[in-house]
Order: sequence, then C-alpha cells, then structure tokens
Amino acid sequence: MDAILLQILNGLDKGSAYALIALGLTLIFGTLGVVNFAHGALFMIGAFCAVTFSKLLNLSHTIVDDSRKDFLGNPMKIDVPYLHEFFGQAAGDVIIDWAVPLSILFAIPVMIGIGFAMERGLIKHFYKRPHADQILVTFGLAIVMAELIKYFYGANPIPTPAPAAFAGSFDFGALIGADPNTIIYPYWRLVYFCFAAVIIGAVFAFLQFTTFGMVVRAGMADRETVGLLGINIDKRFTVMFGIAAAVAGVAGVMYAPINSPNYNMGMDFLVLSFVVVVVGGMGSLPGAVLAGFLLGILESFASMAVVLEFIPGINQIIIYLVAIIILLTRPRGLMGRKGVMEE
Amino acid sequence: MLGLSKKDAGLLAIVAFLCIFAPFLLNPFPEGSAMAQFNAGYPDLMQRLVIFGIFAIGFNILFGLTGYLSFGHAAFLGVGSYAAIWMMKLLTMNVVPAIFVSVLVAGLFSLLVGWISLRRSGIYFSILTLAFAQMSYALAYSVLTPITGGETGLQPKYTDPRILDGALPAGQSPRANLFGLDMKATTELRLGDWVFTFNAGYYIAAATMLLAFYLSIRIFRSPLGMMLRAVKSNQQRMNYTGLNSKPYTLAAFVISGMYAGLAGGLLVAMDTQVGAERMFWTASGEVVLMTILGGAGTLIGPVLGAGFIKYMENIVSKINETVLEQWFAFLPDGLSDAMVAIVYPFVGKGWHLTLGLLFMMVVIFLPGGLVEGGQRIGRLFRSKKSEPETPDGKTTPAE
Repeated sequence: MDAILLQILNGLDKGSAYALIALGLTLIFGTLGVVNFAHGALFMIGAFCAVTFSKLLNLSHTIVDDSRKDFLGNPMKIDVPYLHEFFGQAAGDVIIDWAVPLSILFAIPVMIGIGFAMERGLIKHFYKRPHADQILVTFGLAIVMAELIKYFYGANPIPTPAPAAFAGSFDFGALIGADPNTIIYPYWRLVYFCFAAVIIGAVFAFLQFTTFGMVVRAGMADRETVGLLGINIDKRFTVMFGIAAAVAGVAGVMYAPINSPNYNMGMDFLVLSFVVVVVGGMGSLPGAVLAGFLLGILESFASMAVVLEFIPGINQIIIYLVAIIILLTRPRGLMGRKGVMEE
Repeated sequence: MLGLSKKDAGLLAIVAFLCIFAPFLLNPFPEGSAMAQFNAGYPDLMQRLVIFGIFAIGFNILFGLTGYLSFGHAAFLGVGSYAAIWMMKLLTMNVVPAIFVSVLVAGLFSLLVGWISLRRSGIYFSILTLAFAQMSYALAYSVLTPITGGETGLQPKYTDPRILDGALPAGQSPRANLFGLDMKATTELRLGDWVFTFNAGYYIAAATMLLAFYLSIRIFRSPLGMMLRAVKSNQQRMNYTGLNSKPYTLAAFVISGMYAGLAGGLLVAMDTQVGAERMFWTASGEVVLMTILGGAGTLIGPVLGAGFIKYMENIVSKINETVLEQWFAFLPDGLSDAMVAIVYPFVGKGWHLTLGLLFMMVVIFLPGGLVEGGQRIGRLFRSKKSEPETPDGKTTPAE
C-alpha cells in the first residue's frame, strides 16, 4: 500500500510536466490545426528563463573591503549583488533565494512574446501546407532554438535550486497514519504538482467562463462559421498560441529545480508529450491532461523493483507500449473527438 | 539500357560517374593549401557519403512515393548494424554474410513494425514509428545489453568464435574484408601537390549504392511505384475503387527498411563497431532532413541531400576560430573581429544551428529541395518558348 501510494506521488510530478506540455500542444493543435514540434523547445526555453532570471538577480559589482584581508594580505574584494544595495542585505537574499518562483513573472511575458513572434513570423504561413511540412519546419525550429541556447549557456546542465523553504522532504506517511519515513516526498515536487493543477485549472476556466474563451471554443469547433459571423478568429488563435507557449514556459520554469536545465531537455520531453497527446486524443484538452498524469504514474509504477523483476526494462518502454496499444485499439485516443485529424 | 529509359539511364550514368571519380572530385584543392580543409576525399567521409545515400534512397521510397512520414527509420539501420556485427563475431569477418543478414533482419523487423504502424496514417503513423524506434533504442541500451553491448556497444574481439575464419594468428586484429580484400586497403595517387586516395571499402560501398540507386529507379518506374504514388495523391479514392492499398504501402515500408538495414550493414563493414545511439530519434530525424533537403519524391534528391549534409557536417564542423581569423584577415581589424564574431556561432560546434536554419529555409521556400532549386535555376536559363515540363517521377509534396 505504501509503495503504491509512493509511486502514485512519484508519477505526479512527471505527469504534471507531461500534462502541461501536452495541454499546450493540444491548444495549438485544436485552435490552429498545427502540429508543433517546437513545443518541447518552448518548455526548455522556459527553464532557461529561470536560469537567466536567477543570473540577473545575482548581478553584482565588486567592492574592496579594507577592514578584511585575503590570504595574500591584500584588501578583500567582495562581490555584492545590486539587490543588497536596493533592498538591504536580508531582503536581497530572500529575493535571490526565491529566484525560481519569481522567474514566472519574467517568463510569462517572454514566452508570450516568443509565441506571438513564432505564430506571426512562421507558423502563419503553414496553415495551408500539409501536416508533414508543419512537422518538418517546427522540427527545424526546435533544432535552432536548442542550438541557440547551447551557444549562449553551454551544453552542461545548470543547477537551479528551489527556495530553501522547499528544500526538505515532506513525510506523507505520518500524515495519513502510516509509519513515519515510509512515504517521503520532496516539497518542491508537491509545489510543482499544485502549480500544475492551478495552471491547468486556470486554462480551463479561461476557456470555459470568459467570452474570449467561448469564442475560441466556438472557433475550435467551426472556424469558418465564426469567421462568417464577423469575428476575427485568427487574432484570437494567435493569442491562444501565446498562452500555450506561456504554459509550456512556466512548466519549464518550475521544472528547473527538479531537473537542471540543459539544451536537450526539450527534445526529451517533446517526444513523450506527443505520445501523451496522441494517447489522450488529438484535440481533446481533458484527454491531454488525463493522459499526461496517467502515463506519468504508469511510468513510475513500471520502475518499481517488483515490476522490473517480473518484466525487465519495462520502465523504459511502458509509455510507448501503451501508446501503441491505445492507437491500435482506440484510434481516437482516450477522449478524442470525432472528426479531428482522421484520415 | 538495363530496362531504363534514356533519361533514367543518363541519371544512373551521372551518379555512377560521380561515385567512380569521387576521390578526384572531392579533392579539388592541393595538399597543404589554405583550402585543403574543404577536401572531402578521405575514405571515412566518402564511405559515409554513399552509405547515407543508400539510407536516404530507401527512406525516399517510403516517404517520397507514399507520403508516409516515418520518424523511426534509424531503428532499422541500428538493427541491421547489430545483425551485421553478430555475423562478424560468430561466422566470419567477410562482409558478404554480414550485409546479407543485416538486410534480411532489418526487412523482417520492418515487416513487423510496418504491419502494425500502417494501420494508421498521417501524424499517427509518424508517432507510431517514433514509438517503435524509441523502444528499440531504450531496450538496446538497457535490457538487451547481452545482445547489444548496452552503452559500450559491440566490436569484434579475439575471443569471438568466428566459425568460418578460424583462430587469428597472434598480434593480428580482426579486420573486415571481402574475400580477403581488406576494407581499409588504400592506394594513394600523387599528382604534383594533389593526393588522391582510393579505398577498397569506399568502392564496395559505392558499387552497392549504385545497385541500390538502380533498384530505386526501377521501383519508381514500376507499376508498384505508380500505385504508391496513387496512395500519396489520394488514398481515399484508392480505397473507394475497391483496392486495398495496405499491401503496397507495406511493401514500400519493408523495402525502405531493407535499404536502411543495408546501410547499417555497410556502416559496420566499414567501421566494425555499433552503439545504440545509432537508433536514437535524432538519427531518424537526420535521414528525414537529408531526403527533404535533396528533394523528396525525386530520384537523385536523397543522394544529393545525404551527400550535402554529410559533407557539410564534416567540413563545417572542422572550421574553428583560427581558421575564421585567417579568412577575414584581409579586412580592417575591427571589421574582421566583427565578422569572426558573427560567423563563429554557425561553424565548428555550432554546425547544428546552421543545419537547423538551412532546413527551415528549405522547407519554407523550397519544399522540393535542392532538385527543385536546380530546376528553378534551369528554367531561368531556358528560353521562354519551350513550355515548362515536369519530369515524371517528381511528384508534388504529400497531402
């Protein structure tokens, strides 16, 4: 029982990342009808927003402290972050410590900007082209984005720690009355899960309860009719592309402490997220979220020692195996709508 | 000639000419000159050019003719490589059984994958093939380590049984050969400052590629090729006429899988080692790039694309900061520094950035690839009276 609960918890954080990326992919696919292979790169850029922002916060200048000497006897040089001067020592340290959550504020405008630029500059010209061309051009874009990041930040993963307040682990076992220290779970992963739930809820609420969202949903169902009613649906779809990019971006920001960002992480997540989207059903938002969590949890179950003993190597292939079975038995995926992407 | 039309025979002759004289054509600059780094006439690179040509020709039979975009073709290359190296370990260092078995095994594996994946089309097909390739990669890396060597990969060892060869004399390393002809056997021809290298392995690979190219022309011109093109232009209509297109697409899939296996076997024959990274999905992406860059659906496109990418990969990634500084040395100081700073991100380690940009440009502006570019340039020079003809065998991009 403990082991099962632990695996469910372990699957949640990876599942949250899958769900957030798959949600963005589905939004783009459902609105614009474009298969975006660069979405993983957007996730990666989000993670690097966190890196950049914490570097910005740590910008410092050197002052010479005459009262202290270094080991050569010269006056000691100390790097003082500008933040210490602006807010004082204590407040500055707190801000630097909270760099990752704060970078969300930085990442959202950046990601929306990148999303707009991408849609207006590139994707717009590919609506009428075959899906194969869309896949290929976004695949090329993903390579370019990853290489640019590699050029500026190097190829090594950059550790980006979570705030000290979330450094420890949470004893889940004690809470539900099991033995202490059997089910422990890092705080930050719990934060990540809650954060993902909030973002997913916000996106759904936006689509469900605002006029803008209503128009977008109408456009997803029948683009032409909405256009005939005199609504500029393209503009709204561009905004949705920006939102989808921002969702992928913030997912990347918050994932940075879990997995140190490197330029290749987008590609790793992209392949899996596509599988998630297909399993959930092309064009179905709840399907993408459900499949994301489901596959995340399945993956962590498959890496249990008991299971591995039974079927060695299953943890490596479970997601793909599930995808193949789903695609062959339920061609529309778990919650796919009729008439979306059917041959 | 050989059952080909005059035009196709001409094309085959051009490719044959390029293959035979590649050691000269790829080495246009004298040894030791500033341009010598653009020479590509060394055996290792020439072998790769033709082997990846085979890979891309095979991929084109599937993607170019039927429009099915497979994102997992590297799996067949990898499986072929593993089969070939096991033949070398168990049977003999002669490359003939190795290559034969690699084609066979890759064919069988692609039959299985194709049989399942071809139930769906479009993006679902791409995802299914990608899933299979990633599964093969993950398994080769982890559980199948006894067969695949895991992270270390496989190479022939002294202790291998090699039933047909018998024990090697002490101090002699096992080398791939063709009935005694060493794959690494090389003759150099010196003409003044020029050095031309002729390598046995390269010519064997080139001969294989010519054969593969000839077969692909025959497939393009056969009723099967016609049927596959019909699948690409409108599969629904094919189905409505009461025709089951599955056997045809499956045949194309298996043929292209066998081509990939052949390329994998040849890679092992030239350089006797295999690692699982050969099956990673970026490797599958690379063959897609080659085919698109050259021109999908055309005969010569994939060969050109493969040659172009492999050449650029080897040459561009060798350019470093010192070389750049030499190039721009004629400019005033500040300007030359600026030029070096601008160009530097795109060469050397940044080669993939250039590749990505180039690839995007081709997809955006030149969906027909290099072949279409050539045709456009050719049309500019042609007089306006002759009506624009579209050579058969070159179909429009997939819908």
